[in-house]
Formats: sequence, structure tokens, C-alpha cells
Amino acid sequence: MSDIEERVKKIVVEHLGVEEGKIQSDSKFIDDLGADSLDTVELVMAFEEEFGCEIPDDAAEKIVTLKDAVTYLSANSN
Amino acid sequence: MRRVVVTGLGTINPLGNSVNTSWENLIDSKSGISKITKFNVDTYPCKIAGSIEDSQINDEIVSLREQRKIDRFITLGLIAANEAIVDSGFISDEKSSLRSGVMVGSGIGGLDTIYKNSSVLDNQGIRKISPFFIPSSLINLLSGHISIKYNLKGPNSSPVTACATGTHAIGDSFTLIKNNKADFMVCGGAEAAICPLGISGFSAARALCDTFNEQPVKGSRPWDRDRSGFVMGEGAGILVLEELEHAKKRNAKIYGEVKGYGMSGDAFHITKPSEDGNGGYRAMEMALNESQLNPDEIDYVNAHGTSTQVGDMIELSAVEKLFETNNNLFMSSNKSAIGHLLGAAGAVEAVFSFMSMQTKTLPPTLNLDNPDTNTNINLIPNESILKPTKNIISNSFGFGGTNASLIFGL
Repeated sequence: MSDIEERVKKIVVEHLGVEEGKIQSDSKFIDDLGADSLDTVELVMAFEEEFGCEIPDDAAEKIVTLKDAVTYLSANSN
Repeated sequence: MRRVVVTGLGTINPLGNSVNTSWENLIDSKSGISKITKFNVDTYPCKIAGSIEDSQINDEIVSLREQRKIDRFITLGLIAANEAIVDSGFISDEKSSLRSGVMVGSGIGGLDTIYKNSSVLDNQGIRKISPFFIPSSLINLLSGHISIKYNLKGPNSSPVTACATGTHAIGDSFTLIKNNKADFMVCGGAEAAICPLGISGFSAARALCDTFNEQPVKGSRPWDRDRSGFVMGEGAGILVLEELEHAKKRNAKIYGEVKGYGMSGDAFHITKPSEDGNGGYRAMEMALNESQLNPDEIDYVNAHGTSTQVGDMIELSAVEKLFETNNNLFMSSNKSAIGHLLGAAGAVEAVFSFMSMQTKTLPPTLNLDNPDTNTNINLIPNESILKPTKNIISNSFGFGGTNASLIFGL
């Protein structure tokens, strides 16, 4: 597991209160991990904080799984 | 006529995180007032409050993750609501949920959350404002959370009448059930304003006690010569109100009855009560009229009694006037032990009123060492007394000149 993936997973565990073992790379935050729409806004804010970047709204809307987040942050974080 | 009874009680307050624990401590003359340690109060004129330790909040009822998304007043309200609803034994189904509602208010709501987000906005900008900021601080969101958690789809609202909130919530729920708009109501109040903005705001209004910082347990002393203002407390009180036949049908345990509700406005001043006590007098009189009891049938007044210079005496004179012919009246203030829980005060005091009737014990007014009055009313100084009571009146008065009184009976 990449360093980025591990950090993203840690944030998801903390914010959604799910067990790490239950998070697959293609698990959807809302459908599979019990998040609601406000949770996903907060998740994106936490990613921004952790990776020191700004995620525009149109990009944030496309981040629906762990894999989406890792792909985006790998390409855009500092 | 539809009668309204109480079938569930719940509270978390500075004396404990359940009805039984806090009641035992109350009648044992324990005080829940201590130095404020959660934030730096070095420059504050008032450094004491009735705080609840975080360790008292059961995270099996409200998880830590849930707590991050709601202001503390909602957390405290959910803890007390859980105790009251479990105590009532009622589980709503598809049909009964439509006749079961929630009416829980707060005086100030998510003040600390608003304060923190305001700082974030100023210092870090709009992108750092949490999406949970607004829903975590809105006052009616506590009623919303309770309705979602326990599937209660009937009337859903939240009174906001400062320090009279809890009493209005119970009275309004009583009226809804009586008028056949609901069979079951979860009602009360919650408050968590022991935060920098809350303490400094009430200090600026010269409402808080500032003369007992070194002896916190002595700070709240209603009707005592040395009182100097109220001591703020935090917590929640929740009651389950139910239509009598509805409660009987399911063999619910019945604590007693809500018999009357009165409310009035002073039309006088934003923070001071009207000098002749007429507002409080009319609220009590209206409640008495609805209960169809006469003044001599009231055994005990659970007073508003906040420990302020002016308010304590005005309430006492209104009580003396209305109950002039009653020669065996008792009255005490729970705020002497738990502080003033603002919007939760009337609700916690209602919980304690039902415990008074159930246990035949009247709680004391702590620190009443030198009464500032020659009243004939027994103000129950410092130690609780064993005394069966059949009817109790409970008062709450709030900033803005809002007054509410409830009559409870066995």
C-alpha cells in the first residue's frame, strides 16, 4: 500500500468511524461506508488539510471512493 | 378531558449523569459547582460553574464520532433523552410514531460552536468552515436528532425562551397532548453555555456570581444575604409526557400528572423582572386555574431561585401573595446545588419535582445561612426534609420578561 493510500485510509477511518479492514479501494464512501453528503464534504476538507492542497468543487464531486481520492491526491498534492 | 401523565425521566447535570445518581446527590446536600478548568478564566470576574466532566458522557449512547458533528448541548440532550425514553419503555411503531413528537429547547444552543467557527472564518477563511457547523448549532436540531433516533414523527419543535425554555417545552407538550394533537411527547431542555463567550456575556450583563471564586460550592445561595448573582450550570432534563389512557394501555409506570400550565410576559425590561412580581404571579395563577386546585392544595414550590439580588425576592413576594392563606408551604431552589442551567433549568427541576413526590423528600436550598427574609414559607435551608407532597408548582422566568409555571401532581 502506498504512503498516500495509507494516509487517506486513516482519514476515512477517523471521519467515518469504520473499521480499517472493511475499507476496500473501490468502497464508495456513501453507498458502502455509511457516509452522508455532509460527511463527504468534511472528508475532502480533511484530505486538503493532510495533503496541503486545494481540491476544487468539480474535482471533489468525482471523489467517491478511496481509489478516487488516492488517484487525485497522487497527481495533485504537494 | 384528556389527562397528561409523566412516564419517563432523564437527566445529565452537574450532580450526575442519571436521574437516580443526581437525585441522591441533591438530597444529600452535595454541590455540583466547581472552578472552571476547561478554559482560562484568569481575567474573568466569575471563575466558577456547574460543569459536567467529559468522562460522565456515555459514548455508547452518543459516539465520539457523532459528538464531533453536534454541539455539546445536543450531546447532553441526547444522553438525557435516551434515559427518559428507555425509562418509559415505549418503542414507536409505524402508526404510533405519527402521534409521538418532540419538543426540546435550549436557551442559547450551540454558542461555543458558533464562536469557534467564527474564529476559523476570520483566521483561515471560508473553505475551513465545517459542513456540520449550522446543523450542529441550531437549537431545534436537538429535537430533530431525537426524532430521527427514536422514530417520532409527530409534532416537532423547540421553544427558545431563555431561562424559561425547559418549562415552556413541558407546558407546550402538555397542551399538545391535552388538545389531542399527540399522545406521546419527549420534552425538556438542554444547555452547554459554559464556554468563553457564554461566561463573558453573562458577566458583562452583571448576572453572574463573582464573590465566591475561592469557595465555588458557596457561590449559589438563593435568598441568602450574601448572594451576588447566579452560577451557570450545564446539562439537560427530559420528560416523557403521555396521554393517561395511552400510558395505561401499555402498562407504563406513571410518575405523576401534569395538571396546569401558565405563561405570561412582563412587558417591562430586557433582563430585569418586573418589580412587583406581577408577571410571575400571573403565570402561577394561570397554572393554578388550569389545575383547578386552590392555593392551599399546593405543598411545595420548586422555585426559579437563581441567587440574584433582585430576582429571588421578587419571586418570593409573588409566591407569598398568591399563597397567602397557605400556612404549610415549602419552597427550595435546586440551583443552589447544580447552578442555573438556563434553558435546561426548568426541565431538570421538573425531573426533580417528580422525584420529590415519588420519594416523599424535598431537596434543600444550599448555602441559605442568613436568610434575607422573614418569610413564613419554609425555604428548606441546607438539608433535605422528608415530606410527602401531592401537588408541586415549578417556576421559570427568563430574559425578555418571559414567565412559565407548571403544576405537577401525584
